[in-house]
Amino acid sequence: MSAVPHPLAPELRAVTGRDLAGLVLSLVIVVAPHAARAPWWVSALVLALYAWRALLARLGSPLPSRWALLAIAAAAMAGIWVQYHTLFGRVPGIVLLVLFSGLKLLEMRTHRDATVIALLCFFLIITNFFFTQSIPTALAMFAALLAIVATMVGFNAPQRPVRANLRTGAVLLAQAVPAALVLFLLFPRVQGPLWGLPQDAYAGVTGLSDSMSPGALAHVALSDSVAFRAEFQGAPPSQTLRYWRGPVLWDFDGHTWRMGASVIAPFKPPAGGTARYSYEIVLEPHERDWLFALETAASLPDGTRFTSDGQIFARRPVRSRIRYRLTSVTDAAPDPRADPAELRRALRLPRGFDPRAAALAQQWRRESGSDAQVLARAIAWLRASRIAYTLEPPALGRDSIDEFLFETKAGFCEHFSSAFVFLMRAAGVPSRVVTGYQGGDLNPVDHVITVRQSDAHAWAEVYLQGRGWLRVDPTAVAVPGRIESELVRGSLSGEAVPLLMRPEMKWLRALRYDWEALAHKWNVWVLSYDPQRQRDLMAFVGIPDADWRNLTVALFAILGALMLVLVAWSLRGLSAPDPVQRAWHSFCRKLRATGLERAPGEGPRDFSERAARSLPHARAAIHRIGELYLALRYGADAPPGKIHELRRLVRELRLT
Amino acid sequence: MIRSLLAHSRFADWLYGFSPPERGNVVLGHRRVYIVPTRLGWMYGAALLILLVGSINYAISLGFALTFLLAGVGLAAMVQTARNLARMSISVGRAEPVYSGEAVQFRIYLDGGVGTERPAILLRHLASGAQMVTDVPPDTVAEVVLAVPAARRGWLPLGRVMLETRFPLGLFRAWSYVEPDARCLIYPRPERSAMPPASAGSSAGGARAQAQGSEDFAGLRDYQLSDSPRHVAWKAVARSDDMLTKQFSGDVAAELWLDWQLLPATAGLEQRLSRLAGWVLAADRAGARYGMRLPGVTLAPQRGDAHRAACLQALALYEAP
Repeated sequence: MSAVPHPLAPELRAVTGRDLAGLVLSLVIVVAPHAARAPWWVSALVLALYAWRALLARLGSPLPSRWALLAIAAAAMAGIWVQYHTLFGRVPGIVLLVLFSGLKLLEMRTHRDATVIALLCFFLIITNFFFTQSIPTALAMFAALLAIVATMVGFNAPQRPVRANLRTGAVLLAQAVPAALVLFLLFPRVQGPLWGLPQDAYAGVTGLSDSMSPGALAHVALSDSVAFRAEFQGAPPSQTLRYWRGPVLWDFDGHTWRMGASVIAPFKPPAGGTARYSYEIVLEPHERDWLFALETAASLPDGTRFTSDGQIFARRPVRSRIRYRLTSVTDAAPDPRADPAELRRALRLPRGFDPRAAALAQQWRRESGSDAQVLARAIAWLRASRIAYTLEPPALGRDSIDEFLFETKAGFCEHFSSAFVFLMRAAGVPSRVVTGYQGGDLNPVDHVITVRQSDAHAWAEVYLQGRGWLRVDPTAVAVPGRIESELVRGSLSGEAVPLLMRPEMKWLRALRYDWEALAHKWNVWVLSYDPQRQRDLMAFVGIPDADWRNLTVALFAILGALMLVLVAWSLRGLSAPDPVQRAWHSFCRKLRATGLERAPGEGPRDFSERAARSLPHARAAIHRIGELYLALRYGADAPPGKIHELRRLVRELRLT
Repeated sequence: MIRSLLAHSRFADWLYGFSPPERGNVVLGHRRVYIVPTRLGWMYGAALLILLVGSINYAISLGFALTFLLAGVGLAAMVQTARNLARMSISVGRAEPVYSGEAVQFRIYLDGGVGTERPAILLRHLASGAQMVTDVPPDTVAEVVLAVPAARRGWLPLGRVMLETRFPLGLFRAWSYVEPDARCLIYPRPERSAMPPASAGSSAGGARAQAQGSEDFAGLRDYQLSDSPRHVAWKAVARSDDMLTKQFSGDVAAELWLDWQLLPATAGLEQRLSRLAGWVLAADRAGARYGMRLPGVTLAPQRGDAHRAACLQALALYEAP
């Protein structure tokens, strides 16, 4: 075999300006979302590298030397080291990949290199999904995918117009969808991660923490991002009843409340209660292991643990969106029993903090006969205190509770709950801080309640002998508007309220409800498709308890069937050859049977004339067939009448 | 070794699904189209594997979606690549005879079928490596000319031709072999020489006594060294730079025998045939009536293109008795 260069080999085909344009466009789409996350100089550098390559192609100048590129790479890596103090980890890794795309572009000469860059684009697409998997991101990345595939088609068909290549790309993607859908639904899913993730894998997630210091919650509440969504079977509870219980904080050091050690306890469903709600929560990843439930939970989601103070924990931190189903009773009677050790812990206070508040509490204790009376005094005092509710609480000093209660007299829910629990403990009433969310936005479109970080809340629980732990919301007591309405109306005008929460943005909110409904569906059906839902799906189609073997068999069976359909469909257009050609071939076959063979290079006219000479009895028909064939094959138009005549003549031709 | 086994053997015929040569229009059945991933195809697969592992590890739903969509694109590309060759119809036109040492222009016609476009098709002549890439637009017959060097006189069969495509994504390479029943006649390489020695005017050959300079003027032709100066068309020469010779109808009588026996016996077979071919051309240029005698073959004196072709064919196909 000769060693001639292969004209289809990608390493021998030079990249054209059109290929470069397609690649740069694809790269810009996939890199653009990273521009906001990467340091500005990286974005500028990468853009400059792209522009440089485009300019070199335009001028027809040679590409920079390997050494120049290595120098740029080294300098950029040094910059990244200075910025992040590491080259590994998620964000530096992605920034490096983005930089690499620019450098690779500058040493791209052949279609082989160009294809490598197209593959690099796929990796850049998936890095975007680390940060957001929203519908707009998905659409943008799909557009990028189309650009990449069409560009790759262009590598292999340099003479074709861009439009045709774009169409081929779209056809390929459209043909890929059924197989992709089957793979998505049936590919046996494994619960990740497969190995340890970088330290910063999930950095920058807002949400509640296991501690609470003044101002912390107000900071969380400024975020508009979604904490979770709840979908109720039947009517959801009213706004004032929607206390979503999260971390319970026990230990106070004078400044910060902490969760401390939690005691795992067997789950006891609450007694009594008639307002029973069954619902499903889609929880956004928040990097912590606690789950939120409407107070008071009457059942637990599978695979969770329960603590004696009523918290629900997942087995591991929630790092991807999860769904769980549970029931709650909003009017259940609390359990009157309590562990003495727990009650002692609920009275502990640091020494030497907030003397004025402590003195006030001790005064209530002296003047009251029971814990219930102390509680009533405290509520009455708070109601009369005229303390303002604000998202921008003033900074507090060492005795934060004294300052809040008697001096600044303005705070957010963490100030109210913290101060209230301090007063209760100082008066000898066991109490604790509960954090979570309050309320949530009911979407009239799909009746899903969206709970945002701006709904973050903290309240108190007080233990009364013979009654058990009772919920007291000091914020609602002091500022009644806060709970009945929403955050917006409770806050003072002119404060930093998230844009969409402002009342004047009514039409925008209506639009947002539609969008939220769509986003919820997207979350439920696409983003939180997991092994559990995969099993549900298989059970739905009649295969209960499906394991990976069932899934694999189903996957390959359906995929194989799909491939057959695709092959048949692709060949369909090809399987109907030209009727004229078919009739001619059949004519040639009939002649061959009599020993007349068309000689190589013999034209149809010569052949039919020769045949007519040697077969005089069929002369007229053979002549006419040759005439018709030439007219139809090489004539300007093909009237159907002539085609019919040709086919009929060939069919009726008798040569023996 | 495996390659040669694959290319030329009964096993290959069975494997490739046809037995050569194939007459008339060859239509590539889809069973005759083979397909394997290219190196880029393997790279694509490896990239998908990494994307899949990343999606599992970070539990990225859209990562799964991307990976699976790309896997689907790969499958669709495979089908499309095979489709780009399947059911294509191939025919070969008549190839003009050439002289040994020149290249035969084999014209190959690719018919994609009704409404079917087939971009970026490579044709490669396996024996010589002659190759050409072409796009076959819908409803059009594309013509590809493969220039196959002709090394020896005689019939040159086209032999096996490979059709290959990597369209649309370059991830797969589909190919097929055809061996159409086409061949081309290769004349011996003509040795540059003047006319045969006219002086050897024996009964056996050479220029017989000619009724020169007589009769009617018949036209002009290129000057030959052997032409008499009396016949040079000096007036015409004055108008152009070419030497022209006046031809008279009396030349009809000029008869020339190109005889194998005139050649020195020491010359080899091919050399003799080359010399004879050169004579045929020279005689034809001179407009002479010439006949040719080879051992066992005699062509009566005639003139004209058909006669020249017949002589050259006889030389091309001559086999020593």
